[in-house]
Parts: sequence; structure tokens; C-alpha cells
Amino acid sequence: MAEEVKAPPANFKVTIDNITIEVAPGTTVLNAARQIGGDVAPPAMCYYSKLQGSGGKCRTCLVEVAAGSTADPRPMPKLVPSCRTNVMDGMVVKNITSERVIDARNGVVEFLLLNHPLDCPICDQAGECHLQDLGYSHGKEGTRYEFERRTFEKEDIGPYIQLHMTRCILCYRCTYVADQLTDKRVHGILDRGDHAEISTYISKAIDNDFSGNMIDVCPVGALTDKTFRFKNRVWFTKPIDAHRDCDNPKCCGKATLWLRGDDVYRVTTRKDEWGEVQSYDGKPGWICNTCRFDKKKTSDWVIEGPTKINRHSVIAQGHYENGVIPKDTTKEVMGGRAPKLLMDIHSVSEVNPNK
Amino acid sequence: MGRKLLLDKANVPGIRSFEVYRREGGYRSVEKALKMSEADIVEEVKKSGLRGRGGAGFPTGMKWSFIAKPEGVPRHLVVNADESEPGTFKDRYLMEFIPHILIEGMIVSSFALGSNVSYIYIRGEYAWIVDILEEAIAEAKQHGFLGNNILGSGFNCEIYVQRGAGAYICGEETALIESLEGKRGNPRIKPPFPAVKGVWERPTVVNNVETIAAVVPIINEGGEEYAKIGVGKSTGTKLISACGNINKPGIYEIDMTISVEEFIYSDEYCGGIPNGKKLKACIPGGSSVPILPANLLLTTAKGEKRMMNYESLADGGFATGTMMGSGGFIVMDEDQCIVRHTLSLARFYHHESCGQCSPCREGTGWMEKILKKIEYGKGEIKDIDLLWDIQRKIEGNTICPLGDAAAWPVAAAIRHFRDEFEWHVLNPEESQKRNYGLAHYADPIHVPSAV
Repeated sequence: MAEEVKAPPANFKVTIDNITIEVAPGTTVLNAARQIGGDVAPPAMCYYSKLQGSGGKCRTCLVEVAAGSTADPRPMPKLVPSCRTNVMDGMVVKNITSERVIDARNGVVEFLLLNHPLDCPICDQAGECHLQDLGYSHGKEGTRYEFERRTFEKEDIGPYIQLHMTRCILCYRCTYVADQLTDKRVHGILDRGDHAEISTYISKAIDNDFSGNMIDVCPVGALTDKTFRFKNRVWFTKPIDAHRDCDNPKCCGKATLWLRGDDVYRVTTRKDEWGEVQSYDGKPGWICNTCRFDKKKTSDWVIEGPTKINRHSVIAQGHYENGVIPKDTTKEVMGGRAPKLLMDIHSVSEVNPNK
Repeated sequence: MGRKLLLDKANVPGIRSFEVYRREGGYRSVEKALKMSEADIVEEVKKSGLRGRGGAGFPTGMKWSFIAKPEGVPRHLVVNADESEPGTFKDRYLMEFIPHILIEGMIVSSFALGSNVSYIYIRGEYAWIVDILEEAIAEAKQHGFLGNNILGSGFNCEIYVQRGAGAYICGEETALIESLEGKRGNPRIKPPFPAVKGVWERPTVVNNVETIAAVVPIINEGGEEYAKIGVGKSTGTKLISACGNINKPGIYEIDMTISVEEFIYSDEYCGGIPNGKKLKACIPGGSSVPILPANLLLTTAKGEKRMMNYESLADGGFATGTMMGSGGFIVMDEDQCIVRHTLSLARFYHHESCGQCSPCREGTGWMEKILKKIEYGKGEIKDIDLLWDIQRKIEGNTICPLGDAAAWPVAAAIRHFRDEFEWHVLNPEESQKRNYGLAHYADPIHVPSAV
């Protein structure tokens, strides 16, 4: 009797941290976990769903496969990168429920921070930095590294981007942008090991219509927008969704404007909850340099409304759209009089005297 | 004296030339193989029990049977001659003195795998061997053993030699493939495995030089005959490159039934340790495999004599055993400093890390710095524990085995020689007094005085 050949199921069942979900075959463990959402989704520093071939390098998304599949339920001996491992039907994955994973991830965070300065107070990525978030969730209170860190001179790569190689964690995302999105790739990885660095080929500048997207994919503050550097802190600005009719066919024309008052401080792509550029009609919503760097007036754009942001995000600070400001009752209780200061600090302090 | 299959004609004058090699029975396996089917050759290799000689020891026949065979898609054989593991120099000898055995093995293997274009990826430092191989390829072609319609069989095969640019990581099969394609030699993330998508995204088998050379006696004498040599799953002969504190360093072909003690002390092999010094330790399979102290080297965890084969060397796991690896046998006498040797290895792996994944990129450099600190008498006891923790966080968490290769020597050194690390910490002045004449280690160690 011929052996019965079973057709593969239309969907694979995968259990991640005790939550079972059905996903299409070919889905990675990371993307399956993202469909569940929340803490079940492993962090990712180098994976970027819109960049082909990205992922697998930073090792922050390592997970434990407790059962390979229904057909072969043996566990995988090593932790696997969830961003590059496809789900199998019946697979059982442990992310935050695995002590091994947490231990390994703590190690990865420590490794990533060996040569990444904690200069968050002056870094333009502060508030939007994935490594900052990862450090808070998986880092230790102190470092065990006591040697000199590697440092680099800042490098202007083109008119719009400054590279702080000192902050770079070599996630390779910007090189994938260069490969897949821009016409003229002139930068890449030089050298190897912990001497490796992102740089331009024989001092050439990055100069093409979509180079600005490299800034958006950088998970840390290594590639910064020269038109925004040190102009403001991200949590003081207000993100607004806007679009314009861009004549560049590769540009989606949908962006986020970061306002302070009515001034547009910077323009970025619109990002999803994973910090990745949002897709429109199945296409990643990259924007061109004209939209990003040259359209800095609200009149250049059609304003759609406030950008939805996670209320736990630092960007949400100071943006209580519907918040109720407590009523100041001082005057009422004082019969309409303004309070009188009993003492002016400047009159008694020698520091910064009020002269 | 053990039987020799690869080096039996090594001392024949002029064996490097096609005429002499052919006169001595060379290329018989090609004549035989071309009359067999591809499947039969793979079956013979399976029967032989041949395990990959590059270090991992994976069964070769099984690896060959994994190769995908999509209709109309070419397949490739790539010979890994990027012999960069410190302590391993066996392939160099084989290619330099008997190049035709590799070419002969490649023709047979290419036929079995259906590869019409095969490559030898050789480390750039072996520049002179490239010329030797290219001459051998030209001779084989001239005599009808390469090119179109080999010996009238209808089988076409070309072999190209590709030089690497001198990176250890390019010995890892996927990094080798990247480099062969002209790209930066970074390991690929598996899957897909090379057997499905290798060179030019085509099904590819990557085998070590010695592995492919061993195919010649397997086809000549049959897989079963080959399997009779050796013991258990360690069949056939193995080339060992012996170095360090021994009287007779060199390349030895052993049949894996001899003991480690016999290999070190007998006149037939290493000839003992110079000046009657005591054996302290040995790295038996190339620098990446764990070091073993003398007592565990000569006796297994079960209390039996340690033999020169895959199973016996690995007995008890890494707690009491090590690995056969590539066969780079490094012997250390009682005067050797384990901390210094471990530093030397850590320095190498730090230098050679490709930098793709964070644990290897950052961890290898960190380990080197701590080892340097300890070796130069500036270490603390907590540094030894820190080293242990770092290697633990690297092992198994990297894209390719270079992370493991960097972690294992450190782990084994601490496991077996912790007292020596502590001596360095507790006797800083004596540590600093020692001078090995290593000028390149003399650069200052950047340790803040406050820590």
C-alpha cells in the first residue's frame, strides 16, 4: 500500500511563551511572536523586516526552541536567532520564559555596551534608541568592562549625515539600505572584529536621494541627521503624521513631522511599534531626501493628525492631549490676591546673584 | 608501523610530477570511478566510515548524500585548503609534495557529486603551493583526466584554484563560499546549508583537502577495506601535524589505533620530549580544541588508555576530554606557561573574529585584554571568574563556530589549570619578571588604577 502523503497544513501552530498562534508557513519565530505582541516578541537590533538579508547578527533575539515540530519534537541544542529561524508546525518556543535566553540576552547587552558609550544625555537618538530600551530591560546596573573603549573621529558622510562610529554596534542595517534602496552604494564595513567600522569607500560622501533612510534604520545614535543634531530633544517635539505629493516615484511621501510649536525640526519615515518603517500597500514607506531634508515647513505638507505613540514611550512625555491640568486655586483661597514671595533666593545666595 | 594510505609514496623521488605519480599507480581510482555510478561511489564512501578531516569529523558519505539535485542546476565541489588553524599544517604537506592525490580525489568526488566545475580555495599564504597545484591540474588535463569527456566517459570537469586573502574565518565553509564569490569573508547564517545553496546559490559540498585525498584509497580498495583500518567510528588513517616540545615535529599518518602515549614517546612518531622534561599538557586537535593536562591526556575518564581517535579523545566530554579536531597536535612541557599560551590563542581569535555577531566581536577582545592583564601580573582573582563567564556567554551564541573556537581554549585552561591563573594573580612581581621576548605584547595595558 502506498504511503499516504499528507499535505502540509495551511497554517502552522507555534507556541511561544505558552501562547499558541497560527501563522503562515515561512513565517519566522520573531514575526510570529510579533503577531502575539508585547514582551513575547524578542528584541531585535539588527533585524529589519523591510531589509532583505538583515538579522542574525546582533544575537539579541536568541530564543530557545523547546520542541522543533510535531513531527520531530526534539529540542534544538543551541539557542537560535528568532529572526532567521522559520516556525514549524507544532514548534514550542521559549523567549522570556527561558532562563537560558534571558541569561544569553543579558550577555549580549553587556557585549553591545562594551564599546557603546552611555552618552544618552547628549545623543540625538536618546528616547528613540533601541539599545537604550534593551539596556533598561536586560542590562545590569554596572559594567564589568574596565578597559579603554574604542573611539573614532566623527565623520561627515555627505551633506546630511554625520557618522558617530563610536556609537555604532555594527548591525549592518545601513549597509543593507545602501545595497537595496539607494543607487550608489559608497559605504560599507571596513576591517574586521572589534576594529570593524562603517565607513565610506575612499572618502567618498554618501550622496543619493534615499541616503537619509540610513538614519532611520540605525538602532542607536551612530548615524545622525545633520539638520536636526542638537537642535532639540525628541521628547520636547511633537510627532505629526503628514504627507505630500512627492514627484520621486520611489518615495511614498508619507512622513512624520517632529514639531516644536509650528516649527518642523525634523522629518522621518513613519515607524511602526517595532521601530521599523511602516508599510503602505505592502511596500515599505521610505522617503526621499527632498521630503526629509528640504521640506521643513508645515505648509509643505498635508497634516493628517498626531502620530500614535506608545504612552510608555519617552516621546509621549509632555504630550497629554486630553490631560486635565489641575486648577490653580491659590488666588481663590487668597481672596483674589497673587501670592507674595516671602524670600527671593537671589537676594541671599552668592551663587548667581541677582545683579 | 601503521599502514599509510596518503603518504605511502611521499618519499618517491619526483612524485610531484604526473609521470611518476601515474607510474606509481596514480589516477587508478578515476579509471575505476568513471565506470561506477554516482550513487555507488557515495555508497563506497559511506561504507568507508570516512569522517571529515577538517575538524568537525562529520561523516563524509552522509554529507555527500545531503546535496540537493534540482533539475538543471549545476552543483559544485569546493576543497577547503584554507588551513589556518594554529598547529595544523598537514594539508600543506599533502598539497606541496603529492598534489596529484588531491586532484585525483577531486575528480572522483566531482563525478560522484555531479560537479563539472570544482574549486580549491587555498589560503593566500600558501602562494607557492598554488603554482604546484596549477601545474598538477594542467598535467592532469594534458593527460585527459580533466577537461571535457574525461577518459571518454562523457564526464566534464574543470578545477580552479582560488587564493584567499589570509583570514582564518574563511576556513569556515560559508565564509569560504562568500570569499570564493568575491565578497567579504563573513559566515552566512544557516539554513540554508551549502548542500542546498552554496557557491553561486547552487548546491555545494565543501570538504577538507585530506578528506578528498582519502577518497582515492577508498575507491581503489573499496569502502569496506578502508573501514577495516582504525577502530570503531574512527576508520582509515589520519594525518597528524605534531609540534611543540617534542623531539620530532612533523606530519605523521596514523591509523588511529595507537595510544596518545605511544604517539608522543615512541621513536616512530614524536620521539618524546626534549631534555627529558615532563609532559605538562597537550592540545591534540588544533588550537581551538580544549587543552588537556598530562594525566587526562594519557588516561580517559574511564581510566583507560587514551587513544589517538575521535571517540577516545572526546571521552567524558570537555570536563575530561577534548577533540580530534584537525589533528594539530601541540605538546607542552613542564616549563610552559598555560596563561601565556591561552593569551596567545585569545589574541589570535580576537584578531580573526569577523565582527558580524556581537558576542564574538566584543567577547574575544575582552578575553584577550583580561588574559593580558593576568599574564602581566595585574590581574585579580575576580578576573578569572569573569573570563569564565565571558567564554560561557560566547559559546554557542554566535553565527559560526569561531565563537566556540575562541571560548573553548579559555574554558579548558581555567578548568584544568586554574591554580596557574591564580599564581599569576597572587605573584604579580614574579609574573612581570618573566621575559618571553615578545615585543608585541609590550604595549601598555590600559587598566584604570582605581579598579
